[in-house]
Amino acid sequence: MKKYILAVLVDNKPGVLTHVSGLISRRAFNIESISAGYTEERDVTRINIEVSVEDDRELEQVVHQLGKLIDVIKIVNLGQVDSIVRELVLLKVKAQKDTLADIRNIVDIFRGKIVDVSPENVVIELTGSRSKIEAICEMLAEFQIIEIARTGAIALSRGPVPVKNM
Amino acid sequence: MLMNGAQAVLESLKRENVEVIFGYPGGAVLDLYDALYKTKYPHILTRHEQGAVHGADGYARATGKVGVCFATSGPGATNLITGIATANMDSIPLVCFTGQVTNPLIGKDSFQEADIVGITTPITKHNYLVKKAAELPRVIREAFFIASTGRPGPVVIDIAKDVFTTEIDYEYPDKVHLPGYSGDFTGDESQLADVMEVLGEAKRPLFFIGGGLTLSNQAELFREIIDKTHIPVVSSLMGLGCIPSSQEGFLGMVGMHGSYAANMAVQECDLLIGIGVRFDDRVIGKVDAFAPKARIVHFEVDKAEINKNVVADFPVVGDLRWSMPIFASLLRESAVDYKGRYNAWRSHVIEMNGTHPFEYTTNNNYIMPQELIEKVSQLVDDDTVIVTDVGQHQMWAAQFFNSRKPRQFLTSGGLGTMGYGLPAALGAKLGQPDKKVVLFTGDGSIMMNCQEMSTAADNNIDVKVVLLHNRVLGMVTQWQRMFYGKRYSQTLLGGKTDFVKLAEAMGMAACRIEKPEDLEPMLKDALNSDGPMLIDVMLPGNEDVLPMVAPGACLSDMVLGGEKE
Repeated sequence: MKKYILAVLVDNKPGVLTHVSGLISRRAFNIESISAGYTEERDVTRINIEVSVEDDRELEQVVHQLGKLIDVIKIVNLGQVDSIVRELVLLKVKAQKDTLADIRNIVDIFRGKIVDVSPENVVIELTGSRSKIEAICEMLAEFQIIEIARTGAIALSRGPVPVKNM
Repeated sequence: MLMNGAQAVLESLKRENVEVIFGYPGGAVLDLYDALYKTKYPHILTRHEQGAVHGADGYARATGKVGVCFATSGPGATNLITGIATANMDSIPLVCFTGQVTNPLIGKDSFQEADIVGITTPITKHNYLVKKAAELPRVIREAFFIASTGRPGPVVIDIAKDVFTTEIDYEYPDKVHLPGYSGDFTGDESQLADVMEVLGEAKRPLFFIGGGLTLSNQAELFREIIDKTHIPVVSSLMGLGCIPSSQEGFLGMVGMHGSYAANMAVQECDLLIGIGVRFDDRVIGKVDAFAPKARIVHFEVDKAEINKNVVADFPVVGDLRWSMPIFASLLRESAVDYKGRYNAWRSHVIEMNGTHPFEYTTNNNYIMPQELIEKVSQLVDDDTVIVTDVGQHQMWAAQFFNSRKPRQFLTSGGLGTMGYGLPAALGAKLGQPDKKVVLFTGDGSIMMNCQEMSTAADNNIDVKVVLLHNRVLGMVTQWQRMFYGKRYSQTLLGGKTDFVKLAEAMGMAACRIEKPEDLEPMLKDALNSDGPMLIDVMLPGNEDVLPMVAPGACLSDMVLGGEKE
């Protein structure tokens, strides 16, 4: 299975997320993550979809089927152009006086931040690639991770050209 | 112009030249029906919402226009689902209006509330929930544009009840602005140049036509292409009528119940040119063994159909209204002697077709179903519209009715909806009032929407319902006979239902034909009578549709006729 990140620009209208997610499930496509947010244009929402596909033919099907949706304006496969991929994770980890220093060390190594602290836990914020996030989770496992919230991957191409002009 | 939402809906329909609405009223659309009453907008009250949506579908298929239906919220709207899915699978342009509970009640599990946008998302080309009256004109304009352009399909507009009574300053937009959908399906001409090149190299080319050719109204131009090249043609169920069934070089339907010659031609050809088809599993059988010697050309408006089921070596992506004229003109200008080049191949497939026609064994004691279809085919004129339900009778109609024109053979191909036939026939008749409309149905299918006999009778919609009455759910018994050791699980109908009385009870004339010698005279009288009529024809219950390619088998691996036990 190969993974790609699709940047899907859609008309910012009610029902658009239903249309996109409904299509993915009824065509039995495998998605790793999906996230959506406003863009520099008021009427346009950007949906970032991480898909895993068997081959190019399946990838082509995903792109063309999504492209058929009336409210989809544009789809660019950022896995096929030079791009920056990031994911944000928030981690709630058990922390006591004697473990806090170790946790801070790990967070520093990964260039994360501790954004909340209580006598029993810390909340860590970290951005990075999927492998980096998985690596920190592995490192923090021994302290006991209470809760994880991840955004799924988002991506931007390198260079000045935006997806809408590709 | 000041008007309320209900009036705005009807005003917009008028501007879209909608001639008739099929529908069923209810609480959430009371205001809409009140406006309809005042404007006297033409409307057919069906006896079930499913009848309304199939009626709109039959109207759309027979005319090429957009079919329109109304239903109320909740159960009214959910009763449309089968019809919407039917239209979606066969790419039929519909705009379906459903009432929704009032804005403040949405999402509260209110009385007769159903999330119809959520429910219909997988089975529509597009859908809308209208919560503000000001949006109505734009949404309706867009809906008709989306439904009728490119690959057509159904669009649902769900309207909150209070929108109908809200006053707006009405203005119908001239243009639609959809950033994600231009409606322009012009393609790349160089793809046609590639096709011309492979056509020059091919020795055994074969056209495979489908519903897209009908939908795009390009059948006439296609006939010209055939005359110029003499390339043999096979058709999917949905493409029937684009070429007259009797024309030399037309090999008939391909696939599971296709003709011997059509299936063998696919397996032997070296170039298969699909036009407006989607390579459905009922056509291709075993994917890896489909057209094994052929390179594949695929003319198709929907990019997502390319390489979906089979890999196309030479796609021509674009509306057939764009590609067919270019293709025809390239062929006209070409110096290649196509007729001479393909002559040996053409003679070969015509010979195969001659030695292996669709066949059945006649019987002096029974009317055979195939014989019945053939008789109707002989008795009706060239303009007659044939509608079918789903099952054995549908396949026999496809095999034995001589389709002569596009939009003449209306059937639920993709979804295979039993119960489609009767309401669709009513819609077809309303769309083509000057043409005779004949429905072939079965004693299984007719019961799924038999209430529409009342609609036919009360509105005097002249359809002739030919009931192939064999007291079994025929297609399922055939599979049970072939693949399930003759265990007829829940497929034997009791046979107690008196369909003549049923029709008469609903106000429709009816007759019964039981003896072979009565078939022709009684059929003739019935078909030539005035007004709607049910013709109950008693048939044996153990006949198979043949040839048959088992599901997932190779097309050349057919069970042929005449091999019955």
